[in-house]
Amino acid sequence: MNALLEARNVTMQFGGLKAVDDFNLQLQAGELVGLIGPNGAGKTTVFNILTGVYKPTSGSVHLGGACLNPLRPHEISRLGISRTFQNIRLFRELNVLDNVLIASSQHAQHGMFASMLRLPKHYREEGRLRENARRLLEIFELDTKAKAEAGSLPYGEQRKLEIVRALATEPKVLLLDEPAAGMNHRETEDLMNTIARIRRDFKLTVLLIEHDMKLVMGICERILVLDHGVTISQGTPQFIRRDPKVIAAYLGTDFNSADGGLNHA
Amino acid sequence: MTSRMLKSWLSPLIAFVGMLVIGVVLDQFFNQYVQLIILFACTNIILALSLNLVNGFTGQFSIGHAVFMAIGAYVSAYLSLRPEIFGVKFTMFPEAIDYLNYLVYAVCGGLVAAAAGWVVGLPSLRLRGDYLAIVTLGFSEIIRVILLNTQAVGGARGLFGIPRPDALALGPLTLSPFLVMYVLASFWVVLTFLVLWRLIHSVHGRAFLSVREDEIAAQAMGINTTQVKVRAFVISSFFAGVAGSIFAHSANYLNPSTFGFTKSVDVIIMIVLGGMGSLSGSVVAALFITFLPEFVLRPLQEYTHIDFRMVIYSITLVLFMVLRPKGLFGSREISDIARSLRGERSADERAS
Repeated sequence: MNALLEARNVTMQFGGLKAVDDFNLQLQAGELVGLIGPNGAGKTTVFNILTGVYKPTSGSVHLGGACLNPLRPHEISRLGISRTFQNIRLFRELNVLDNVLIASSQHAQHGMFASMLRLPKHYREEGRLRENARRLLEIFELDTKAKAEAGSLPYGEQRKLEIVRALATEPKVLLLDEPAAGMNHRETEDLMNTIARIRRDFKLTVLLIEHDMKLVMGICERILVLDHGVTISQGTPQFIRRDPKVIAAYLGTDFNSADGGLNHA
Repeated sequence: MTSRMLKSWLSPLIAFVGMLVIGVVLDQFFNQYVQLIILFACTNIILALSLNLVNGFTGQFSIGHAVFMAIGAYVSAYLSLRPEIFGVKFTMFPEAIDYLNYLVYAVCGGLVAAAAGWVVGLPSLRLRGDYLAIVTLGFSEIIRVILLNTQAVGGARGLFGIPRPDALALGPLTLSPFLVMYVLASFWVVLTFLVLWRLIHSVHGRAFLSVREDEIAAQAMGINTTQVKVRAFVISSFFAGVAGSIFAHSANYLNPSTFGFTKSVDVIIMIVLGGMGSLSGSVVAALFITFLPEFVLRPLQEYTHIDFRMVIYSITLVLFMVLRPKGLFGSREISDIARSLRGERSADERAS
């Protein structure tokens, strides 16, 4: 079976630093894969390469067989890869609904002049997008806050809004960058259930970056572990949990050092 | 659906009629000096509105808006002085409806300005950051110097004798030349506001806003940020050109020094004062900036015989910024403020 999203021998070099070294990824349609690793392992860099923010120094990215290397970020988004940001990047001064509407604007069927003349088409399309946006907001229980300024939402809701916004582009592949960061245990569990649900309902392929190992183990079928830009292990959660290389990366090998485990956990 | 479409034309129509009523009052009870200031106010409103699209809504920083006004003004004036260029006749309407020619001049001025905006914007808006500011500043100086040294448009002496519309006989009524010019200016003011308002409150306008808020996130959401920025800049340049045309035919005289850096800064002051990202704010601030020196500070000087106009002007601006750092309206519109005063929730469904 051909992979939906594929990274082949991707290397990303910033000056003397190899942030990602010979990274390979094959996402089959419908999979939910976790990407884990300690701080600075290159997880977010991988996302930036997959979405075209960075051009890889070498190697290539393919979606459904088509090479994404020459494309700009908005073109990649239009092909069906959408993402959330680790350091939340909402349109802060706009309201929640507008945030979602902007993401769905690539699916608008009317031109600028239809909007200027307020042709029936304008009302029809704007209404349709609004309807879609509200439906998505409902899934994450944000519909009651549709008119609130995005920057004024509590942290956890901002993270949810990021996911809603990413979904509004109607992606095939959804890249989630630490969606549960800063949430408490219960909120995280809720969020993971929602992610599992939208993945089913929207027939999504999901790549999930997460810090919290326990959480990724719960919902991912397959896990990749990065450390210092190198893929040190991949496989089922059960396998990852026992892999000594992963344990070493997370906890350190030098057990004499008192805070060796705390640094990365 | 269709009734909504018709309804959407109601408020611009009311605004236009309202402006006409004001025009009749001005025509009957005020002198030529006041009338000229009013026409300049219309130009400034259009300039402020159009610059707000780039600086306020799209979050770019253009500091050479006057150059597009200059281009529109000179093109429009030149066409009206030499109506036949390259074998194309630009005075296409008979004398009885001579005023329609001024619409053609304005559109031509706007289109040339828009083309210039495209040429300037395309390379500089591909980049993120302050490049647009540097390029627009440079470009406006280049054009000013070219105008200064081109004898065909009067060079440093300026361009004299630019025609204004004739009086217009409508049955028993005769509209004075001022009123005809004022109607044209009002038409463009309302049209500018209408076009920008409708753009902002649509899918296309939200793209402008997203670029202002976060360019990287906007790209990730499938928005072609370069295209969006260039689009905003070209539309903005078009209306600046139209404003130039109105200016040319109101003042009947053009001089390159009118379109210097100071003029660009004036427009920036208007949008900052009114609120970046507030169309109604721009209108109010444009009126304020036009009227304050002419109708308040000049009489004050005549009364006291001391010229501290510019001192008061500057102090007013500083106070304004201290008291309302986000401008008069912030990024809100006058309709939002009215609604929140009435205690209703601010919804923008109505606007779209």
